[in-house]
Amino acid sequence: MALLEVTQLSISFLQYTKGSRQQTVTVMENLDLAVNEGEIVAVVGASGSGKSLLAHAIMGILPANAVYSGSIRYGGELLDEHLLRQYRGNEIALVPQSVTYLNPLMRVGSQLQTKLDGKAQASERKGLFKRLGLGEHVNRLFPFQLSGGMARKVLVSTAAHSRSRLIIADEPTPGMHPADVAEALSHFKQLAEEGCAVLFITHDIEAAIQIANRVAVIYAGAVVEVAPASDFQGEGEQLRHPYSKALWQALPGNGFIPIAGSQPSKSMDLQGCLFADRCMSAVDSCMSKQPEPRQLRGGTVRCLHAT
Amino acid sequence: MLRGIAVFTGKKIIRLFLLLATVSMITFALVAMSPIDPVQSYIGADVMRVGAEQREEIAAYWGLDKPFAERFMKWAGALIQGDMGTSMIYREAVTKVIGERFMHSVWLMAFAWTLSGIIGFTVGAAAALRKGSWLDRVITGFCYTLASTPAFWVGLLLMMIVAVWLGLLPVGLGVPAGMLAGSVTFFDYIRHMILPGITLSIVGIAPIALHTRQKLIEVMDSDFILFARARGERGARLFFRHALRNIALPAITLQFASFGELFGGAVLAEQVFSYPGLGQATVEAGLRGDVPLLMGLVLCSTLFVFTGNTLADYFYHIVDPRLRLEKGARR
Amino acid sequence: MKQASSVVTLNGANRWNERRRTFASTILAAIFLAGIAACSWLLGSSGLSVQLENRNLAPSMTHLFGTDWLGRDMLSRTVKGLALSIKVGLLGAACSVVIAATMGLMAATLGRTVDRMISWLIDVCMSVPHLVMLILIAFVCGGGLKGIAIGIMLTHWPSLARIIRAEAMQLMAAEYVLVARKLGSSRLKVAIRHLAPHLLPQLLVGFLVLFPHAVLHEAAITFLGLGMSPHQPAIGIILSESMRYLSTGMWWLAVFPGLGLLLTVRAFDKLGNHLRQLVDPRHTHL
Repeated sequence: MALLEVTQLSISFLQYTKGSRQQTVTVMENLDLAVNEGEIVAVVGASGSGKSLLAHAIMGILPANAVYSGSIRYGGELLDEHLLRQYRGNEIALVPQSVTYLNPLMRVGSQLQTKLDGKAQASERKGLFKRLGLGEHVNRLFPFQLSGGMARKVLVSTAAHSRSRLIIADEPTPGMHPADVAEALSHFKQLAEEGCAVLFITHDIEAAIQIANRVAVIYAGAVVEVAPASDFQGEGEQLRHPYSKALWQALPGNGFIPIAGSQPSKSMDLQGCLFADRCMSAVDSCMSKQPEPRQLRGGTVRCLHAT
Repeated sequence: MLRGIAVFTGKKIIRLFLLLATVSMITFALVAMSPIDPVQSYIGADVMRVGAEQREEIAAYWGLDKPFAERFMKWAGALIQGDMGTSMIYREAVTKVIGERFMHSVWLMAFAWTLSGIIGFTVGAAAALRKGSWLDRVITGFCYTLASTPAFWVGLLLMMIVAVWLGLLPVGLGVPAGMLAGSVTFFDYIRHMILPGITLSIVGIAPIALHTRQKLIEVMDSDFILFARARGERGARLFFRHALRNIALPAITLQFASFGELFGGAVLAEQVFSYPGLGQATVEAGLRGDVPLLMGLVLCSTLFVFTGNTLADYFYHIVDPRLRLEKGARR
Repeated sequence: MKQASSVVTLNGANRWNERRRTFASTILAAIFLAGIAACSWLLGSSGLSVQLENRNLAPSMTHLFGTDWLGRDMLSRTVKGLALSIKVGLLGAACSVVIAATMGLMAATLGRTVDRMISWLIDVCMSVPHLVMLILIAFVCGGGLKGIAIGIMLTHWPSLARIIRAEAMQLMAAEYVLVARKLGSSRLKVAIRHLAPHLLPQLLVGFLVLFPHAVLHEAAITFLGLGMSPHQPAIGIILSESMRYLSTGMWWLAVFPGLGLLLTVRAFDKLGNHLRQLVDPRHTHL
């Protein structure tokens, strides 16, 4: 059984539209995802596809005007607020994506130390600081004194908890020096080898396939494909969903072929497949009904005619 | 660091000097343009007994027969030596009148300032933490109402209820009427200060509360609070450890920057309760045409506001690490 | 964060959401103010006359707000006083908006020296406590309604001028203004044709925000007794007169006029706040 199991997760927001009318805008619909212990699952997708929201939903820190349905299970139990209070910052750790996640008025060291942290965590973080090339003095700095790369490393170091079982890393690598990226990635790899489940959220497919066991491709708030990382190779012929293929082929090393069109707007009420209007192989049936996820060659795909 | 403070202080002193010079020039010009005859207001009720000759003597005594520029130079010259002239109503040196009055007002204002700061900050923070709840609605509604309430009217109501109906506190004045200065106790001073103090503090509550509420809502929605929550911080610890410092700084700055409102409020509160402070002296000077005293008070209140603004600035530079450590330390 | 089950149809069910309440309260405020203006006009000067046989009456059906020691109807006096306050407030706010707009536009278009001078003037005006400035100007003008009105007109502009200046500066850097200047438009033309239209919403909001301030200051300064004749029904004068009678238990002399003032200011304050949120959600403080 998977450690983290997200089923049918939908997230929407209450918003004001024209004048005084309120409406709900759905940003994520029926997302399914599972992460096992000792496994790294990368979630890749373009910006605006709802990647960060997934992380926030799991941590139970969505904004107040968000409404969600579906279930998030952790170790087989429904992960509700009650359970989260036990696990947040403890068994479940979040690595956020930018320096704005640090309080500008607090010294780095003092804000990293939470109520739950004991000596073990402190010494572990000390070691990690060293490994990532951060000096002791960084603890006494304020966030505005950190360079972009240093800030990332500081954030990565928050996932150093010896007791963590699930680590959610939200875009941990951009802005880092390539050598540091490798170091950070190997850190996550090591965490997985020690038995942690790692959910690695990124738009950097190349970084993702370096360390991930499986890759989930997310498009407009839905997981369109989950594939073993090894499927991302060559021309992408092993991939199941047309979007994953297109994403893979859009990389500079793989042909640099741009995808025409843009991600559907959140408020659009689409009947059929979310990717249909940009898909090269779309047919009439794609427009009428959203395909359900199905198993295919050791992965999952939401496409009617994937083979 | 020390050098920074020296530069900061130097700049402020130059600014203060320029400010006082401009204010005194404008004030002097305004008064000179005024149709009010200072001799007339000096003589007041004795108008029938004073002849034309005596009027001229008085005018010459005040230097009123000289041209404007000369009068201003003379006045400014005296001012630089610390002489603001003689108050017409109190028949004492303006500096002495202001000094005495200031001692009364400063306690009143300090009391009200602290009270409004503490109450405003607390209710503002409470409203933000319970955003959207009935408590929030009550607090914001109350603050908006308070902001539209004339302070002196609140003073009147307080006086009516607490002093007249319930008889708990004295109706007015700074000390019990008819009592010798020697036998006035500290307790008497306090008793006479409570009502004007509360009246004055009411003015200050709404801005600080609404501002704090707004700031705290922003802070609680910020990424770093999100991250702190994701690491298991919550409740009181989340607020005190991760949010408090971010809202205390702007609140204290705002409170220092509100010295002008405070002074204006003191004028009204002192008038309601006949409290013998600077505010009452300002009203008296304005009503009875005591030009030297009025000008002295304008300068004095300008200095007061400037002090508040400078403290706010200074405070910000000292406490906010982003400004304090601007240079250096970045490795 | 909510679980979805409780949220079904938001469009229909939640009719009284925040924006609609805002709209409704704005209309209520407008009606209230129009009511005062109409009442004051309808009343003429009846009710203000001295009727000694009716003096010191507590509120009743014939005199809703009671009568004073001269038998004057307090309701009429309150309405008259409010109307006067509103008049002075409108005048003061309008004048302040004109001054602020002129100052702001001059600072933005006439070059650095003028800008420095105007900024300094704003700083100076803001560094004297508002009420002290009012007392000074009212005194200099020789008191009376005129002195107070002039004082209110001349002292409310600096905060708005600062905002207008900043906005105008920003507009001056905009592409189309730069082009217009390159093409030889004069400074005056740039200010009137290109800047002023964009500043109109700000000025309107400024007007509505300054108005309650002006009304409160009018009441405050008449309360202090600067120059107005005691027979003039101004809220401040009514309240300062009432002070003498508070100890005799005539609470209605102070309560109702003050409440009327409070409601008037609150109504306009609400209107201004809502409008400001519509025009520009960023500027929450003036």
